[in-house]
Amino acid sequence: MNMLSLKNVGKHFGGLSVLEDVSFEVPAGSIYGLIGPNGAGKTTVFNLITGLIPPSSGSIALEGRDLVGLAPHRITRLGVARTFQNIRIFPHMSLLENVMVGMHRHLAYGPAALFFNTRACRDGEKKAKERAFELLSWLRLERKADLLADSLSYGEQRKLEFARALATEPRLLLLDEPVAGMNPSEKAELMEEIRAIRDRGYGVFLIEHDMRFVMGLCQHIAVLNFGRIIAEGKPEAIRSNPDVIEAYLGRDDDAETQP
Amino acid sequence: MFAQQLANALTLGSVYALFALGFTLVFGVLAVINLSHGAVFMVGSYAALVLVTRFQAPLWLALIGAMLVSGGIGLLVDVLILKPLRARNAPHLIPMIATIGVAIMLTSAGQGLFGAEIHRFPEETLPAGELVIAGIHLRALEIGIVAVAFALMALLFVVLRRTQLGRALRAIAESPKAAYLLGINVEGLFHLTSFVAAALGGVAGVLIGLDFNAITPQMGQPILHKGIAVIILGGMGDIRGALIGGLFLGFAEVMSKAYLSSQMGDAVAFGLLFLILLVRPSGLFGRVLERKA
Repeated sequence: MNMLSLKNVGKHFGGLSVLEDVSFEVPAGSIYGLIGPNGAGKTTVFNLITGLIPPSSGSIALEGRDLVGLAPHRITRLGVARTFQNIRIFPHMSLLENVMVGMHRHLAYGPAALFFNTRACRDGEKKAKERAFELLSWLRLERKADLLADSLSYGEQRKLEFARALATEPRLLLLDEPVAGMNPSEKAELMEEIRAIRDRGYGVFLIEHDMRFVMGLCQHIAVLNFGRIIAEGKPEAIRSNPDVIEAYLGRDDDAETQP
Repeated sequence: MFAQQLANALTLGSVYALFALGFTLVFGVLAVINLSHGAVFMVGSYAALVLVTRFQAPLWLALIGAMLVSGGIGLLVDVLILKPLRARNAPHLIPMIATIGVAIMLTSAGQGLFGAEIHRFPEETLPAGELVIAGIHLRALEIGIVAVAFALMALLFVVLRRTQLGRALRAIAESPKAAYLLGINVEGLFHLTSFVAAALGGVAGVLIGLDFNAITPQMGQPILHKGIAVIILGGMGDIRGALIGGLFLGFAEVMSKAYLSSQMGDAVAFGLLFLILLVRPSGLFGRVLERKA
């Protein structure tokens, strides 16, 4: 069963083609990785999936439902959540509040609810708070729930971003370079957290630079180079694929000019 | 005597705070310095005046009517002017200039409809009576003004601090893009914020109109300047700052008029503001001056 499928997706900005004929399928309940050199178009893929920018051609579907043309908040409501390459938490709100913001669509909110529906409103708040604590505890941040988010370390801020993304109750979690700028022990820890998220039944789709991290974590990998998918498959197959090696290490020009 | 002045300062300061609160809310959430806020304040007082004089509405009903009228204008400004500018990614000075245009339009419309002369609420429509506590004479009107201003501000604080709506608004203030991708309907909340801010501005207009019992098409201009001063003093986009800054300005103005010079009250008040900003350039609670995209 495929969770997310991209078919012949293309994107160009004016005359500049960023993605061409990109097709792949992210299976449910696994960790899928998209890798590629800098500027290959990886983040553009995420921006297309989350509706931040429209594709120039092709189709994107979540569990068979077409996502093209939907506003980002609608796509979030259908079950896609994402984190950013540059951490975008709300620094002057508490951890708990950060996570609760993610529960937007599940909370009846507003002054009307506050006045006319106080009971339901209070119950909703209580449930939301409990769920937020639970999500923080999944990432072992529950003891810091009432601190302001900007007091966290870099690695912890990333985990808070995971918790906040999970608060939207997605089925698919998109992670944009989750270990960028992390030290090795933070990387190892995040790898565990991502596996744990997968084990709770979420689909995970990540973009990453760090080859070793991706190879150790993902069940399936697609490789993007100059806007095209050049390889797709299991980590072992990717590792030995000559096109991938060439994209990452450069072509051995000497070898080719030999008679 | 001092206690009497203190009561006057509280009355004026609470209205300044209410006005500045809407102003700073729009800046915090939409990142726009909405210079039509003063004109919307003026529209509020005329709306109440018309409701009271032409439709014989009781004052409380006129207050609600004025809120809806000014709020509606705030909403229109957002939908017709600010939204298209957002969609085109206009640099941040452009929406500010556009709102100056709105202010000029509203002011001259006010002049065209009502003339440039001073209008007053009929004496019999104002709450009469006064309360004497320990020798201080509190007009019923002043008590009403302070009560309305603080009730609305308290409501806003509770909503911002304790509800999901408030969390969503604060999240937008910190990062609209992240809020957007968390499923928050950012455009919808921009509209709501514009409505609420203008409604608060309109109420402030009614309250000042009642306090001085003088309504003119130009009344929005001085309060706009004071509002700007208050939110800079309090820290741009900071709700507590607007409250404290508003009370401070009301206090400084009343006290300098009472004890220094009745003509130079504003000069002294603004001089004080200037001194404070020399010491704390980002305002009392300032931190939102730079914001993330």
